Amino acid sequence: MTDVLVVAEVSEGQPRKATLSAISFAKAVAEGTGGAFDILSIGDGAESAAGALTGFGARKVLHTEIGGGYVSETFAPTVAAAAGGYGVVTACASSFGKDLLPRVASKLDAGVASDISSVAVEGGDILYTRPMYAGNVFGTLKITTPVQVVTVRQSEFEPAAESGGASPVEAFGAVDGGDAAGRIEVVNLEVVKSERPGLTEADVVVSGGRSLKSAENFENVLEPLVDALNAAMGASRAAVDAGYVPNDLQVGQTGKVVAPKLYIAVGISGAIQHLAGMKGSKTIVAINKDREAPIAQVADYFLVADLFDAVPAMTEEVKKLK
Amino acid sequence: MKILVPVKRVSDPENANKVKVSGDGSQVTADGLEYTMNPFDEWSLEAALRLTENGSNKERVGEIVLVSIGPADASQIIRKGLAMGAERGIHIEAEDENLDSHVVAQVIAAIAKEENVDVVFLGKQSADGDSNVAGTKVAEMLGWPLVNYAMSIATDAEGKTFTVKRELDFGQQTVKVTGPVVFTSSDRILQPESVKNGVTPADFAYPESDGARHTPIRNIMQAKKKPIDQKSFADLGVEPKRVNEYVKFELPPARSGETTFVESVAELVEKLHTDAKVI
Repeated sequence: MTDVLVVAEVSEGQPRKATLSAISFAKAVAEGTGGAFDILSIGDGAESAAGALTGFGARKVLHTEIGGGYVSETFAPTVAAAAGGYGVVTACASSFGKDLLPRVASKLDAGVASDISSVAVEGGDILYTRPMYAGNVFGTLKITTPVQVVTVRQSEFEPAAESGGASPVEAFGAVDGGDAAGRIEVVNLEVVKSERPGLTEADVVVSGGRSLKSAENFENVLEPLVDALNAAMGASRAAVDAGYVPNDLQVGQTGKVVAPKLYIAVGISGAIQHLAGMKGSKTIVAINKDREAPIAQVADYFLVADLFDAVPAMTEEVKKLK
Repeated sequence: MKILVPVKRVSDPENANKVKVSGDGSQVTADGLEYTMNPFDEWSLEAALRLTENGSNKERVGEIVLVSIGPADASQIIRKGLAMGAERGIHIEAEDENLDSHVVAQVIAAIAKEENVDVVFLGKQSADGDSNVAGTKVAEMLGWPLVNYAMSIATDAEGKTFTVKRELDFGQQTVKVTGPVVFTSSDRILQPESVKNGVTPADFAYPESDGARHTPIRNIMQAKKKPIDQKSFADLGVEPKRVNEYVKFELPPARSGETTFVESVAELVEKLHTDAKVI
């Protein structure tokens, strides 16, 4: 019997959708082992976010208000204190989960299974499977410490649906962060706001590469197609490095990992690091001048064309379908 | 400023799709692939070099100690870092299969203490394990603040406080941190003006590049004279006890179906609409 603690990621008084993937994982472990799961909502607006998490079947929802912006130094001591009695502590493998949970694990002397794609309970063991080598190998591991810390890949765990009921909500006292927390302070947070669907949540993603040549071309050539498909926009590392689009749009081994129903790679050659972030997509389209480009290894459909002709034409064709 | 930069030996990440798994699934084999420095470590080393030099004349104004944990030839990865400009290296000999991020973090934390460094600067993940765990564990073991995914770092000539911008999934966060501190880097740390150290002239910009600095032959020769200390787990008081046990490795299932090359936009949209039913 393993009880699971889910650490919820809070933004403006609401749980981020990534939290729902961690809840799905927690439910799977709790059901597989005959345990239960609880949720800890932590950060600025934690109480309000806790109120939005009572319908998912958690035994209880804890909340701890911590101001001053997120840093692992101020959050980890509280999470570690709340983790007493749980066999597994989990969060989504977002920048939040990957930054916070290893610090919590270290406080608890726990092993970490990072960015897992699936979980199985076999006998007394919880087996975690995770992509390695930029998604070219899947490793399955077990953790031998009394507490196990796990971050889950959002694109591989369906967001949990509300199951009704009303979990009781309790306050949990914040624990002081000590010396490390005293030496770091958040000066500024620039949040990228977009009216479009989120990259990790959209059914359709249209990504552009360096061949788009400028920020203006992303806006004038690619964005009309993105919007015609009600898609999220993504980009290769090269396009982000060149400053055409902000870093939060990067798809790949070091950016976001996406698995939409449709992924359209425009002017992206398909470096191993990019494929690592999108090859789980259901249908993959490549639009590229070079039919030998490595993106062909994963593309279901490949249009050999100049993107500056093909993308505006495709935008018009898509609009005709509506 | 004294910086510890851990460097890992990994099989060539540009050929990661050529790694294999042994018949019984017990290990990953990278036969035929070159070993190289983990690119994420290499970027962090580049950033550490920029923190400890005058960029305009490359005069060294600080010290970088490299550490690698791995088989005998991991020392070649240290040599490469020495050729890039680091002052000296420490090699802890170990078999890769006896390591995990917990053991590695313990070793790095022990050396950081012993060497009394101001900064530990790691790659955010290794290109083989892709875990993104060791750096954060090092920070907690030392009780130091941590800035993961640093995209720019500014400090003054004293090098005690740092203003760091880091990448998050939903934007960018700027923090002010007082050392000693642990950093990991994002892809953007290599941009021409990402690192400011109060010594390099403020208007200096490094060349545009998508990787770390190249090493001329002369530097490679000089690096052979730089010291590499051999140490053991026992020397550091670390018991190398793994907490993660891999039970199986598998290759991902092959993608089903062939690539369909289409001739026109109209044909593409038609196929996506009627065959794939995704638009």
